Order: sequence, then structure tokens, then C-alpha cells
Amino acid sequence: MLLIFLLSSIALIARAVNLQVMETDFLQGQGEARFLREVTIPSTRGVISDRNGEPLAVSTPVDSVWVHPGQLLEYPDNIKPLARLLGANAEDIERKLSQRANKEFVWLKRRLNPEIAAQISALDLAGVYLQKEYRRFYPAGEVTSHVIGFTNIDDIGQEGLELAYDNWLAGSPGSKRVIRNRKGEAVEEVALIKESQPGQDLRLTIDRRLQYLAYRELKSTVRQHGARSGSVVVLDVNTGEVLAMVNQPSYNPNDPGHDKDGMRNRAVTDVIEPGSVMKPIAITSVLENGLAVPTTPVETSPGYMVISGHTIRDHSNYGLLDVTGVLTKSSNVGVTRLALQLQPEQMWDTYSRLGFGEVTGTGFPGESAGVLRNYRRWRQLEQATISYGYGVSATPLQLAQAYAAIANGGKLRPPTFIQGANNPPISVIDSRIAKLVATMLETVTSNAGTGTRARVPNYRIAGKTGTSHKASASGYADSRYVSSFVGFGPASNPRLVSVVVINDPTGEEYYGGLVAAPLFSRVMTGAMRLLNIPPDNYPAMLASTADGAGGQ
Amino acid sequence: MKSQILTLILFLLANVGTALKVVYTRHESRLLAVELSALESQQDEGLAEWSRLQIEQGWLADASQIEKKARGVLQMQQADNPQILVIRP
Repeated sequence: MLLIFLLSSIALIARAVNLQVMETDFLQGQGEARFLREVTIPSTRGVISDRNGEPLAVSTPVDSVWVHPGQLLEYPDNIKPLARLLGANAEDIERKLSQRANKEFVWLKRRLNPEIAAQISALDLAGVYLQKEYRRFYPAGEVTSHVIGFTNIDDIGQEGLELAYDNWLAGSPGSKRVIRNRKGEAVEEVALIKESQPGQDLRLTIDRRLQYLAYRELKSTVRQHGARSGSVVVLDVNTGEVLAMVNQPSYNPNDPGHDKDGMRNRAVTDVIEPGSVMKPIAITSVLENGLAVPTTPVETSPGYMVISGHTIRDHSNYGLLDVTGVLTKSSNVGVTRLALQLQPEQMWDTYSRLGFGEVTGTGFPGESAGVLRNYRRWRQLEQATISYGYGVSATPLQLAQAYAAIANGGKLRPPTFIQGANNPPISVIDSRIAKLVATMLETVTSNAGTGTRARVPNYRIAGKTGTSHKASASGYADSRYVSSFVGFGPASNPRLVSVVVINDPTGEEYYGGLVAAPLFSRVMTGAMRLLNIPPDNYPAMLASTADGAGGQ
Repeated sequence: MKSQILTLILFLLANVGTALKVVYTRHESRLLAVELSALESQQDEGLAEWSRLQIEQGWLADASQIEKKARGVLQMQQADNPQILVIRP
């Protein structure tokens, strides 16, 4: 009897020691787990604004509803009113929760309408909680969608600058330990584990007004000509800042969907064979290497020439031109004659210095480098076609960058989307040569040129038209074209360079001078006005010559 | 002996005093925690309001809206050449 008593006492003491000493940590942990909770402190994603501080992407809090399946399933009647508010089937919810009954956290619906969130909160159901989350809004919608991109439901950048600058914008959520009562309300903050770091704001070089203008005009041109796609880029010549970049087709970043085709920022990710807009680059190389001056005569009759069995044709027989005239008339034969005097290496060198075949370094996701093959592999025919823009490919942004360098006295500024970016000018061409080429390009918008429709009232405009056949699987397609215009103004002191690319216009008109040039003109006219750039071609505006000025 | 008892009583009183102070401080810290969380949620609301206003401004100040109002409601027109005069080149 005494023995039994002794044994049971020992057993009891042993168990007590076991609980008190050996398993305290476990038990205490279990106890605390029932009322101590780690709560995340959400951080806001930084605002993306345009160059004037206009918001382009802003996060604002919305409520999401989550449940503790065990707690909610104790009162199955509660599921019905909840399902009604969420517009869901009560049985579906119950099944979903039963499957996850051992979990403590299940999202029911995210990013609720604020009214519904208020009604759910008013129901005050056990095991149903609201969690504040942030949702990103893009007030400019499809106008800025390609440049800015969008975030997914977890607020992580998926496309565009949202993706490229995700770390900068995101900030890091913090966490704190709180004591919770039975209802899950925090009654005391025990410790701050990590402070939440709000995301940093990002100021772009985009001008929202210009962006809208370019988008509106591009959209109407693409529609008018039944084109497949199109892009417009406007750069600041002196700083390399991207002032506007728009594409068609576009998408709504507030509800992106899954149409991957419309999501590409074609101005940066898609390459084209530029066609004639490359001619000024070849001419630059010819001038640089001292093979000609702008007035050197070039014979282009009879309007075609044969190289390695391939016929290079002009639109018509232009006869005897000079180097300037080759650009004015856009003569393939003329530019080929000139370019074939160059060593392949010399020509490749000029193209390469102007940024072809290399990414521009904007850091934009999916940026393409285009193709400029190594000169060692050029055959004579290839050198000829590269001089007028076939056998070489580039993005619209690369074209803008190269023309900006010509407009900027030979100093190339790598394009940038972010204000305050470090992109020091690199001298790539002699400033004298750059000025010569710029002067020659001004003749393209003269009465004799191919780009008369690119003119901007009261401003002198230099530029080049381009029309190229689209390459397809079976060689160059006869009736599919890329129409382009690249130009800058005011020519006396260039401030803006703009590239217009219209892909596959299906109407009667497809020449760059007829499709792309008018769009260039409308974008530049608006841009000059918006940015208050003084006109440099104003004889008609002088007070002394204008009608009705006599009375003043 | 007497002085020892006196010190003991003193310590006892001090003990009770600090114990009360602990209770009071703890109470106060809870009150402050409640106030802090109220202020934090007020700040959150302020930030939320600010972000909503920014979005609203973004929508209202949209260039297409402004253009529509300028051309439609205010009947504004773009100045054309005869209306622009360069006084001093």
C-alpha cells in the first residue's frame, strides 16, 4: 500500500518536473501562440509621377477579406450572409474552407469594393477579418501604360518601369508583435520587430500632356490607315530625356487582362528595318571619311543599278544629283554609290557610334539591341542595302537617339526615362559634320523633298522619310510596309527629336511621306506649343508684315 | 535595533510605492498604446485620402478632359498665324 502511494507520488512529481522544467518552452510557446501574434505593417508603394509631378501611378488602400476556417466553420450559418455580400456561392465557400480547415488563414476575396467591406465589417462574424491592402491606380490609363507597366495583385511590378524599378518603388513591409484578445483584436503592442519602409517615389521625364497628345494622334493615324501597330517617341535633344513614348495597340493598366500582344512597348522592344531613315547615317559616314562634301555630284541615272545580281531601284530616275539631293529625293542608287566607296569597317564604325546594334541603356525590361552585323561578314550587297536601311534593324528609340545626336552637334545622350539620371553626353561625330547633315536634312521638308507633309507651321524642321518593305518568312513582302519619319526641330536650334513608325498600313497610302510625316507634323506642332518653344521661321508672323497690324 | 526597523519600514513603503508606480505606468502605457494606434490609423486615413485625391486629380486634370472643356464649354480655339505676331525677332 505504502509502496503504491510512493510510486504514484514519484510518478506525479516526475510529470510535474517534466511539465515545469523540460517542456516549459513548448507549453509557454503554445500559450503565447494563442494570444501573441505577429502582424505585418503594410508599406505603400511609391508614386510614379510625370516630369511636372502629375501622378501617373498611385497606390490607395482597399480591404481584402480573409477567414480563419476553424472559427468560421463553428457557425456554418454565418457563411450564407457572407457569401451573399461577396456575390459567391455559400456551398463553394464552405467546401473551400473545409478543405483548408487546418489552416489559420485563407483569403476569401481580395480588393473589395469599399461599401462591401463596410458591410462585412458590420456583420461582425467570428473568424472573418478584413486586411488592408494597397491597390495601384493609373489615372492616365492606356496613354501611359506601355512606359509605366502595371503591378500584379501582390503589388509586384510585372511590366515596364513598375518592373524595372520594383525595388525602388516597393519599400519593405514591417512587422510587430501584438497581444490579441479572443476576438482577434490587438489590445497591446508588445514589440516592433521591423519598421515598415515606405516605397520611394519615382519622377519620370515623360510629359503627361505631350504623352496624351502623341497618343491621341497616333491612335487616329493607326485607325485611319488600318495599320497593325505604331509608335511615337519624342526625345529632348539636349538631355536625352524621353518626353513621350506611345504605342498602338495599347491596354488599360487598371485591368490588364492577358492580351500580351498589346502590352509590348514596341518603341523599345520591337525592331524594324528602318529603310530610308538610315540614309543620313550612311551619308554621315561618307562625309566623316572625307569622301564627299554636300555639293559633290552623284549620278543616279538610269534610276537603278545592279549589285551582285540584285537590282537596286529608285522611285524614278533622278538623274544627276548632289549629296544633299540624294537625301532630299531619297535616292537608293545615290546613297549606294556613295556608301560603296567606304571601307565596311568605316561605315560600321559610324553606325555603331550612333548606337545601332547596342541597347540604349535605359534599363527598360525587354529592350532590344537591334541587329548590326559585324563588318567582317558584310558582302558588297549587304553594305549597299545597309546604306539605305535594309539588312540592319533598330528600335524606334535607337533611331531617335541617333537623330538626337545629329541634332545635338554630334553629342549623343543615352535616352532616359528617369529624372536626374546620369547620362553624360558622349561626342560621337564631329560637330561640323553633324551640322552639315542637319542642314541637308532640312531640304527634305522643302518643296523638292519627300517630307513636305512633316512641316510644322512657323518652325524649320529637318528629318527623313522612310518606307520599307516588311520582311516575312518568304523574303520581302510586296504589299506590306513600315512607314516612318524621323526628324527634329526647330532646325536653327534643335530642341525636340521625334520618331514616328507606322507598321503595316493597309490603305492606299503607305509612303512614309504620306502616312508618318503628317503624324510627325501634328505631334511636333502640339509639342512646340505645349513646351513654349520659340518659332524660328516667322516671316509671316512679323508685326510689320502681318495683315491688320497697321492699326496698332 | 530601532533604526533597523525604521529602515525596514522605509523600504516596505518604498516597495509599495514603486509597486503602485509600476501598475500606474503600465496602465499609462496601455492608454498611450491605444492613443498611438488611434493616431496611426488617423495617419493611414490621411494618407489614404491623399492618395485618393491624387487619383481624382489625375482623372479630372486629364489632358483629354481639359481639352474637351476648353474647346467645347469655353469655345476656345488654337491661335493661328494672323493672330500671332512676332514683335521683335
